[in-house]
Amino acid sequence: MALTKLDQLYRQVILDEAYHPRHHGKLSAPDRSVTLRNPSCGDVLTLQLQVAADRVTDAKFSGSGCTISQASGSLMTDLIIGRQLSEIPELVGIFSDLVINGSDPREDQLGDAAILKGVHQFPARVKCATLAWKAAAQAVEGATDD
Amino acid sequence: MQMREEFPFFAAHPELIYLDSAATSQKPQAVLTALTAYYRDSNANVHRGLYTLAYNTTERYEAIRAQVAAFMHAPEAANIVFTRGTTDGLNLVAQSFGPQVVGPGSEILVSGAEHHSNFIPWQQLAKRTGATFRVAPVTPSGDLDESALLRSITPQTKLVAVAAVTNVAGTRVDVAKIAQAVHAVGGYLVVDGAQEVPHLPVDVSATDADFYAWSGHKVFGPTGIGVLYGKSTLLSAMPPVQFGGEMIDEVQDAESTWAPVPLKFEAGTPNIAGIYGLGAALTWLGQQDRGAMAAHEAELVTALRTGLSEIPGITLYGSAASVAIVSFNLAGVHPHDLATFLDEQHIAVRAGHHCAQPLMARLGVPATVRASFGPYNTAADVTALTTAVATAGRFFHGTH
Repeated sequence: MALTKLDQLYRQVILDEAYHPRHHGKLSAPDRSVTLRNPSCGDVLTLQLQVAADRVTDAKFSGSGCTISQASGSLMTDLIIGRQLSEIPELVGIFSDLVINGSDPREDQLGDAAILKGVHQFPARVKCATLAWKAAAQAVEGATDD
Repeated sequence: MQMREEFPFFAAHPELIYLDSAATSQKPQAVLTALTAYYRDSNANVHRGLYTLAYNTTERYEAIRAQVAAFMHAPEAANIVFTRGTTDGLNLVAQSFGPQVVGPGSEILVSGAEHHSNFIPWQQLAKRTGATFRVAPVTPSGDLDESALLRSITPQTKLVAVAAVTNVAGTRVDVAKIAQAVHAVGGYLVVDGAQEVPHLPVDVSATDADFYAWSGHKVFGPTGIGVLYGKSTLLSAMPPVQFGGEMIDEVQDAESTWAPVPLKFEAGTPNIAGIYGLGAALTWLGQQDRGAMAAHEAELVTALRTGLSEIPGITLYGSAASVAIVSFNLAGVHPHDLATFLDEQHIAVRAGHHCAQPLMARLGVPATVRASFGPYNTAADVTALTTAVATAGRFFHGTH
């Protein structure tokens, strides 16, 4: 069976990330909270941020979703903790370009999250990968659903 | 199976194992031929032109309406309104008929296993009119609970909307029995027939449903064409919801009057090519042994349920009686991940909420995987799916 593409999408490190996600859960006192749905599949993801002096001091995500969306939420939250809010939109843009195109000259800025680039071979799954990042972009804009 | 040869789609996709006929069926050559022939030989607008070609096309258009009426055992052709599909037909009933019969103090009842298109129109009708919207329970397996639905009918029930066959668990209900119970309290029954018409004979006169909507594209016909059956007295008393050409009797500056049913509900140029294709699909279906087709699909359901049940971590929804649909989940593997895995093995299934979020909420899952059959599927398709699902379990649980 031709599992090469699948093996790239579901690398062990991605499966581990999804089955044991970091920063999964809810914050006790979030400053910002965004809930996004993937209406075609029913996945739902809530991202909460704690912000001090325009810097993300903590982040957690919760909800239900596939391996790709859960791994992506884990990697995204890990990346943005400690960052200035103003840095986040560019990271979101780089990630989005990477999972659509499969490579990006700026992908090093994403750290471990760049391992999700294999998603580009599965166009139907791009929205699974980007859900958490869209939530991050909205959280920066100040949206809160609390 | 020899039937596959009548479907050019399978020759174009020799590797593909298509298990998504509940979303849309494939089309026999006869339907493709009818679509091309319409545009080549018969293209003229209907109910307008006086020239011979337009007259002939109108005659054929109306002949197909009569064919559809006979197919459903409707009393006459005027019971048949051509729509864009099931959703369009159900919304027409909700918008036009709904406000005539429901209001504050009355109840609209649906099941918890309905497709969104037979759920939201009634939910919104209740909001607009002040009626109470009630949702009957489902069984733990996701089946429509017919006895619970019957028990939920009260003297205040004015409308019941239910799928003849549900789109996630494939539950078949006894439409005649429900119609009788609804009529006993002075209410009306609207049936979503989208998943019944492809697989089972429909007799609206015998079941006494007041309205029955279905889609051509799930019954081997083209997309964008559907049928709404309605009882004559009800259709006649309903106001049109769209205005324009074809649907009028007389138009003056201050007032207009409407054409008789069914043209009253067919404003604008209809999907004539789609109707020609639908006619060809029903002719094709009439040439098949429908009993054998249904028996074949039931065998596939049994084989798939048996095969899947041997895989560790499988949850099956529905029952052995499910009509041409098997929905399931594999423990620890999200339905999307499973569907992507299957797609890589050239197996096309549906994964998601199947436009039935209220049912997903009742089952406590975000989504399921759904395999659904047409008469062209084979035992080999079932074996391929069960083998791939077992492999997926090992792949995602790290033992590959």
